[in-house]
Amino acid sequence: MIGNNMDKFGYSISKGRQINYEANDRKIAEYIYENEPSFRLCIECGGCSATCTTGNLTKFSLRELFVLIKRGENDQIWQNLKKCMLCGKCTLVCPRGVNTRNIVVLARQAFQKSNDYAI
Amino acid sequence: MNGNVIVIGAGIAGMEAAGQLAKAGYLVTLLEKEEEAGGHLNNWYHLFPDRRNGDEVIKYLKDQIDNDNITFLNGTRIDNLEKSKKEFIIKTNRAKEICADAIVVATGFDLFRSERKEEYGYGIYDNVITSVDLEKMFREGDISLINGNVPNTIGMVHCVGSRDEKVGNPYCSKLCCVTAVKQAIEIRENIPESKVFCFYMDMRMGGALYEELYMEAQEKYGINFIRGKVSEVGESFNHKLIVKVEDTLAGRPLKMEIDLLVLMAGMEISEGSKKTGKLLGLKTGENRFFQSRDNHYGSNLSNIDGVFYAGTCTSPMNISETISHARAAVLEVMDYLKNDRK
Ligand code: SF4
Ligand code: SF4
Ligand code: SF4
Repeated sequence: MIGNNMDKFGYSISKGRQINYEANDRKIAEYIYENEPSFRLCIECGGCSATCTTGNLTKFSLRELFVLIKRGENDQIWQNLKKCMLCGKCTLVCPRGVNTRNIVVLARQAFQKSNDYAI
Repeated sequence: MNGNVIVIGAGIAGMEAAGQLAKAGYLVTLLEKEEEAGGHLNNWYHLFPDRRNGDEVIKYLKDQIDNDNITFLNGTRIDNLEKSKKEFIIKTNRAKEICADAIVVATGFDLFRSERKEEYGYGIYDNVITSVDLEKMFREGDISLINGNVPNTIGMVHCVGSRDEKVGNPYCSKLCCVTAVKQAIEIRENIPESKVFCFYMDMRMGGALYEELYMEAQEKYGINFIRGKVSEVGESFNHKLIVKVEDTLAGRPLKMEIDLLVLMAGMEISEGSKKTGKLLGLKTGENRFFQSRDNHYGSNLSNIDGVFYAGTCTSPMNISETISHARAAVLEVMDYLKNDRK
């Protein structure tokens, strides 16, 4: 915590950008791996995000979401997950047969279940 | 019957070429600097993509050279090599003078010396090893850290000494991606509770059944793939290795603690090839491997009539490519001895 009004002097503006792998919590990713093993097969090609209507109209990338979940960088994921319309177009495109739509569903479930993100 | 041929190097290519030439009735002298034939294959335990035992291929090759037409000279060093008219005369430490009508150069590759990539800490940190060191551990059935503990987190660094202008090797060694995947799978089989991470720039799985192995590694073995070139490796106070990489797909720098780091050392033209090349006046290309006379239809032909290439002295190749290349070299030798040389 930054006390003594230090934040007013800009000390909280720049959070480190480095992913600290050990410090992160990957239980959302583990939950998805367990229930939708095809999550492991993603090669981050971006086919899904290229076809995604949401991604074409707003700042949203399913591919990026996947990699962030895998690293346990959960901070902005919950907000982003809500943008998906569950149309399933991405699933049609994926060359690795990843059940992308189900991953979004599972990720939402995992966030709902996790105390840290309960709404 | 119809000619004497000297084959230099008794690795995969040299053994196969010698065997095929002998079967066709030529008299072959097979020269090897080491005591044992087999080359790099002797260091390998299981082979990609099907993970068969490397000894099976060695056995096939040893049977190939078990032929009365072949004189196998091991522990041999070439002192001098001359071409006089259409004949080659070789002087070695073992036989005073060997004459031949043609030469097959099968002098192969050397592995990149990983200590040259100082930033990865090979030779500095005990738990940084190479793919060959790991293969030895597989063979001995003991994958452990220097203190004897079993590693829990293992990292595989792709492209060590390949695709790297800094070490003068701009080319891709072609086989290290699939080697990393194969070894990652084997680590997980040996240490089921371990976590394995491959740090790669591109996954180049360009061979029969390679991509399938990659999928299997993801699906069945849960290998993690992180796209990014490792920039440096350090060591923490508790002797864990600290790997720094950009997770380029997340667009963020990443730092990770690793117990055992395996460097996927690339391939370079061997010192033996360089020496032979010098004696014969063979041309090398930009990547320092021998330059074939034509990239498409003359990959076994050198710049000197009667001297032919077989295998990885011309470029990185896997075992099946090497064997095919050696057989193609034999066809070129036969064509030369029957038609051109006259
Ligand atoms: S299911 Fe979601 S992520 Fe997939 S295309 Fe539709 S909106 Fe995009
Ligand atoms: S299309 Fe499939 S493989 Fe490609 S990034 Fe999306 S989920 Fe991953
Ligand atoms: S095969 Fe893979 S690891 Fe080896 S040099 Fe090529 S890209 Fe790098």
